[in-house]
Amino acid sequence: MPEPTEETRRKHWGKTKNLTIVVLVIWAVFAFILPWNAKGLNELSFLGFPLGYYFTVQGSLIVFVLLIFFQNWRQDSIDDEFGVSEEEK
Amino acid sequence: MNGRFIDNLGRVYFLYTGGFVVFILIMAILEQLGMSAATIGILFVSFTIAIYAIIGYLSRTMQVDAYYVAGREVPALYNGMATAADWMSGASFVALAGGIYFGGYPYLGFVVGWTGGYVLVNSLMAPYLRKFGCYTVPDFIATRYGGNAARLVAVIILVVASFTYVTAQINASGTIAARALQIPFEFGVWFGLAGILLCSMLGGMRAVTWTQVAQYIVLIIAYLVPVIWMSNKQDFGIIPHFSYGDAVQRIQELEPLVGLGTAATESFGRLSILTTPHNDPTGGMDSWRFVTLALCMMAGTASLPHILMRYFTTPSVRQARKSVAWSLLFIFLLYFTAPALATLTKLQLLDPNLATAVIGKSFEEVSNLAWIQNWANVGMLAISDSNADGILQLNEFFMRPDIVVLATPEIAGLPFVISGLVAAGGMAAAMSTADGLLLAIANALSHDLYYKIIDPKADTKHRLIVARVLLIGIGAAAALVASLQLTGILGAVAWAFCFACSGLFFPLVLGIWWKRANRQGALAGMIIGFLAGTFYLYYVRTGGTPILGLDHLRFGIVGMAFSLVSMVAVSLLTEEPDAETQAMVDEVRIPSGKMVIEAH
Repeated sequence: MPEPTEETRRKHWGKTKNLTIVVLVIWAVFAFILPWNAKGLNELSFLGFPLGYYFTVQGSLIVFVLLIFFQNWRQDSIDDEFGVSEEEK
Repeated sequence: MNGRFIDNLGRVYFLYTGGFVVFILIMAILEQLGMSAATIGILFVSFTIAIYAIIGYLSRTMQVDAYYVAGREVPALYNGMATAADWMSGASFVALAGGIYFGGYPYLGFVVGWTGGYVLVNSLMAPYLRKFGCYTVPDFIATRYGGNAARLVAVIILVVASFTYVTAQINASGTIAARALQIPFEFGVWFGLAGILLCSMLGGMRAVTWTQVAQYIVLIIAYLVPVIWMSNKQDFGIIPHFSYGDAVQRIQELEPLVGLGTAATESFGRLSILTTPHNDPTGGMDSWRFVTLALCMMAGTASLPHILMRYFTTPSVRQARKSVAWSLLFIFLLYFTAPALATLTKLQLLDPNLATAVIGKSFEEVSNLAWIQNWANVGMLAISDSNADGILQLNEFFMRPDIVVLATPEIAGLPFVISGLVAAGGMAAAMSTADGLLLAIANALSHDLYYKIIDPKADTKHRLIVARVLLIGIGAAAALVASLQLTGILGAVAWAFCFACSGLFFPLVLGIWWKRANRQGALAGMIIGFLAGTFYLYYVRTGGTPILGLDHLRFGIVGMAFSLVSMVAVSLLTEEPDAETQAMVDEVRIPSGKMVIEAH
């Protein structure tokens, strides 16, 4: 495989950074902002749970799992796009 | 079987799981035939440990790559299971549900923190460290920043954080072994250590990997089966996880009726009564305490070397990322079950409409229940009719928080075989984490301290013998400390996370994400962060008033703040790293090409 050029590296890292920022923003919402506001969210109900409680015991956790699978899917296609994926062993 | 072990993983672990299920069924039949509860407990614990020891023996190796990084051939799915076992400690297994039961909303910061941390591991660390190709975490610090000083400081922080953690694990394995095998705690600790070393000594990371996969299978079966069985028996739904919302609301209705918050008039050592509402965030300071705890646990997750080094064992960067996703999925299975367990168990004790209720029942009736007597006999539970009205009130019911998981099968009236299974699961959880931690410490000392700093000319055989001697020595030291029982399990675990994130989080993250970070900055970040955190811990533990509500569980916030500021400031005040280092950072950021450290 040819060495990636400076230009390729720069663009690849730019897209990788953007993806990471998006992921971390979503993460922060479910890790901090929703649990912070659990009191207000508890006024609402979801599947029979008070909503604020639901996020801290289940909702945020589900989002974290899906978020990592989503990030990996996007990152793989960014790597493929710039030809910097590893050769499959 | 044809082919290598690695090509037959699916078949091997499928047969293993089937074998374990058959074993459970045989135990259930023997129980019906009249075998004693004690014998079943002994068989469960000794049978599973024997299996791990056999796997450990079969994975023995004298190759450096196999010993340190399992030959870098662990597929993502299996690395996910191994990481999950590595991660979920005796504390997660035994104490998490009890913590939720007693701690309410403030405690849930642990649940969010110990899962959300994997988002940081995946986005900031694991794939890049895998590309780097290091054997240990200090290996990365030393190569990225250059110099033995950085390596040495990283080793010290790693040892402090991991050693704090491992004593808690050996303590937990000793407690479970002592109860299941009916031997004194001091013997239980050494017995647990022997089992742990059997898994790791001969085969290093390779042996630990394959035993951890086996331990994950045992621990997750042991956690899910009792909860689902209990839920079906008590009519809480076939899969309780999605339907216990009503139970939460019912508990909130009951809390004022049973007099929640009324102080106890007596006290029984370390036993406590329930005083915290199940779900009552009050906002303000409560929210702040939640997010600071969650942040410490998340950053700690992304800095603890025994977790990060699991991602060095995959065949590729892409597999490393994939295995983070699997890890969190496997961890999630336990973490989203624990709150269901805590809620349903609490409801069973409180709700007067349920046959299992104890609160509000006549004192005499409750004191005759078999499970109350069993746990009271070992000093883990106490009831006392303080106001002499013949009725058991909430503030007359004392228990140790960490028996919630262990006692649930008995409260719900499940057969004893389930209790035996839970003991085996707790043992698997404690052993697998202790193994990972001991290996992380011993590898850092043998690879980074001995081979890289003291004797760089040492040959392979010599290095691997040193690694094993250190493993035994550190294990023995940890068991010795554990047998003194200095700290509670949960406190020690939270401290380990705070130590790790104080000293290592920013030097690791910025090493990848900020090219301008240099040696002086990293040294400042590690030393000042770690010392600031440690001094703050000392300050709050010796009676200092916590600043902004940051108590001893949250000292990582202080450490990280100092670490970040000093690392950035010192880096900017000193020269930027040379071109070679900057090129190395560029190389880490793309998956293709050779590992940055190719030759050891």
